[in-house]
Amino acid sequence: MPETYYETYGVVLAVVIAGVGLVAVALLTARLMSPHRPLPEKLTTYECGIDPVGEGWSQSQIRYYVYAFLFVIFDVESVFLFPWATVFERLGYTAVVEMAVFIGILAVGLLYAWRKKVLEWA
Amino acid sequence: MGVIENVPVPSPVKFILNWGRRYSLWVMNFGLACCAIELIAASTSKHDFMRFGVIPFAHGPRQADLLVVAGTVTDKMAPALKRVYDQIPDPKYVISFGSCSNCGGPYWDSYSVTKGVDQIIPTDVYVPGCPPRPQALLHGIIKLQEKIAGEDIREKWSGQLTAPSSGP
Repeated sequence: MPETYYETYGVVLAVVIAGVGLVAVALLTARLMSPHRPLPEKLTTYECGIDPVGEGWSQSQIRYYVYAFLFVIFDVESVFLFPWATVFERLGYTAVVEMAVFIGILAVGLLYAWRKKVLEWA
Repeated sequence: MGVIENVPVPSPVKFILNWGRRYSLWVMNFGLACCAIELIAASTSKHDFMRFGVIPFAHGPRQADLLVVAGTVTDKMAPALKRVYDQIPDPKYVISFGSCSNCGGPYWDSYSVTKGVDQIIPTDVYVPGCPPRPQALLHGIIKLQEKIAGEDIREKWSGQLTAPSSGP
């Protein structure tokens, strides 16, 4: 019996339900059976056995923001472009327009980066 | 919470729980001296203690079941060792690996070396040698697994065996 487009997602749904159920049962059983004995020493941050110094938050160089910005733009774009390129002939003009909108939104981000002069190295 | 402490557990269930625990010991590496090299050798492909269910190495004490103290514990290191032991969740086990951590070993009259790790934390198995060969650690692991197999699970769960003392 041929399955429709949405029926094929039934397998995914079954896997999701089985996965969530398995994890829930395992975590619940562990919670019910394990000894629970919090102590001040046990709850402190692990720093190889010595007392932690300072806070967990730390600052990093603001220039890395540029790399993060450009990485997100091109990474997301290529992640969606490659699978799209294999199927867009079958999906027709709708897919082309949708991808154009998507690339347009990301291009605005690139334009913003350009205006902010982050594309100037050296 | 606390099914084991409050509800009488039938023997087959205890057997299954102990069987599962003895063959899934996540080991915390507390390597302090040359014994640490033998401990690492026991974890690699030639001796491979993973075939006994010992998983090398826990990323921190919160993931660990077994603490292997391998090497010379000094009085300055002792509080850190105690802190790491306290941060391991119950039920937990300790293997003292090598003469130094057993009793001070060649540093028996040193001013700075702790003469036996069992002065700080409760120790389950002692592996003698200076340093012991990896095979000796495998024997120690099998001894520990025999101990876990015959263990009273309610006594272990009660925390009396692993309760923190006042410290060194």
